Amino acid sequence: MSTRSEAAPGDRARTAHRVGWRWSRRPILVGLAILTVVSVVVAIGLGPVGVTAPTVLSIIGHYTIGVPEVADWARTDDAIIWEVRLPRVLLGAIVGAALGVVGTTLQALVRNPLAEPYIIGVSAGASAGAATAILFGVGSWLGGESVSIMAFLGALGALALVLTLARSTGRITPSRMIVAGVAVGYLLSAVTSLLILIADNTEGARAVVFWLLGSLANADWSTLPIGYLGMGAGMVLVFWWRRRLDLLALGDETALASGVDPERTRLVLVVVVALCVGFAVSLSGGIGFVGLAAPHIARRIVGPIHRHLVPASAALGAIILIWADVAARMALQPRELPIGVVTGVLGAPVLVALVRKLPYNN
Amino acid sequence: MISATDIDLRLGAVDVLSGAQLCTRPGKVVGLIGPNGSGKSSLLRCLYGMLRPDRGAVLIGDDRIESLTQRLIARAVGVVTQDAAADGIGITVGEFVLLGRHVHRGDHQGFTSDDHRITLEALELVNMAGFAERNLQELSGGERQRVMIARCVAQRSPVMLLDEPTNHLDVRYQHEVLTLVRSLEMDTILVLHDLNLASRYCHHLVLLDQGKVVHQGLPGDVLRSDVLEPVYGIEVRRLADGRHSYLAFGPPGP
Repeated sequence: MSTRSEAAPGDRARTAHRVGWRWSRRPILVGLAILTVVSVVVAIGLGPVGVTAPTVLSIIGHYTIGVPEVADWARTDDAIIWEVRLPRVLLGAIVGAALGVVGTTLQALVRNPLAEPYIIGVSAGASAGAATAILFGVGSWLGGESVSIMAFLGALGALALVLTLARSTGRITPSRMIVAGVAVGYLLSAVTSLLILIADNTEGARAVVFWLLGSLANADWSTLPIGYLGMGAGMVLVFWWRRRLDLLALGDETALASGVDPERTRLVLVVVVALCVGFAVSLSGGIGFVGLAAPHIARRIVGPIHRHLVPASAALGAIILIWADVAARMALQPRELPIGVVTGVLGAPVLVALVRKLPYNN
Repeated sequence: MISATDIDLRLGAVDVLSGAQLCTRPGKVVGLIGPNGSGKSSLLRCLYGMLRPDRGAVLIGDDRIESLTQRLIARAVGVVTQDAAADGIGITVGEFVLLGRHVHRGDHQGFTSDDHRITLEALELVNMAGFAERNLQELSGGERQRVMIARCVAQRSPVMLLDEPTNHLDVRYQHEVLTLVRSLEMDTILVLHDLNLASRYCHHLVLLDQGKVVHQGLPGDVLRSDVLEPVYGIEVRRLADGRHSYLAFGPPGP
């Protein structure tokens, strides 16, 4: 007798309604969506000044749908919730979701479980752009958002450089893209360090370092719509191409045999995810780990098919970042920690635990 | 129906193919044989758009391959690929075969119950229906090869291309996989190293040498010592045990 169970051909699958599509992932995805919304509401109430969930909902209802009409809460609560924390948590949700989706996409595109949003060098470009704005006031004519705008321009510059380098030998292959991304990342990180040294400006250097480690403190209503539009559009496109991701994750040959041009698809998706990262980093600095951890946790919960994996990564990215931000603003209050510190400290053990259980060595 | 005529292909500084031609035969298995580096795999890759020849025409039906999108090519030509075995962490057999239906659905469309039915039929055809929920990476080499073929069958393309499907398989699985390929009665092109397997499972053989077709015809016409010896550079003898004849290579052993 063989020790491996020999499934009798046909009997289980013939009765199964849908072949091999496992059991429905819908309850899990709905659960994650609910958890995201609950996280948003609860996280808005948490902070140095606590506000109860009903008050949070009342304030949101008052400003959005006009119910309740009359405000019977403290004016300070009003300002804290509507002006400070709601935009902050909403920014955290979209940035976290985008980082999760970008991480998932890149892991499929380069077929490497260690791929994460920052591997394509775009965030280093954004950082260099932000550093020039913070340290030297470059682009100050752009107004109050000059740091974000310079960061986004830096991201675009880095993307152009990565694509040029990755293409210079003809085809864009996964390994070429990683090497180009890592090389550009190192180069631009060095540029940022150099800028900090040259500027010889302690206050500015602190600001840059804090920015590099990520923070949602700069969230406000004026930049939020741009972030939602930009990152939302990117995530929709990734989901639209979910099956191409399944096929690319299996290999270029399988993708081609299934009618998907691997190079063109990869090129379009790289540009899309790079723009998402550009938006994320411009609005919240370099938040690490979410884009690496969210896809891995999602894969554990819903499996490798991108129809489930993309929405699950988005929800988990949002949830992780929202709670990391809560920890960042409450752990050492009234001082605030950079989010990158929180996600690193909490994320590393989680990731190690996950990867130890994964069958990557097959 | 797919045909390639006068194919020239240069990769880097090497002329891989020069004036090669090949076409499918309805319901038959065409075997593509030749020594290492003779251009078998490259010629096969020209047939589904993985490589673009420098000269010559690949026709799918009446259309030149350059005028078709990759999706249209895939609807006409199925390829039994090998790369999914290495990647595809955690994907199940059923999910993998179902992805063969992608060519018939838009990017945004979900799979229909028809797709699930066709997937199941394809798995039954290769005798792997009971494995639908198993992890692709848990399968043995022979089982995996049957699943790769099932994905191609589920794609419902009239032409099937296979590049060395018996690699790394033991003798029993080699015969099992090739029996399956032949029983499908699709327009098949099969790249094979093993000339005895080619003799047994192909209806028609095409012998490549240095990028050119040097001989083609029925297996018995191609697998002759006067044809093979100059191409492979080794002595070839034909032996028979009454039921089958087979080829032996090199001088007789001690």
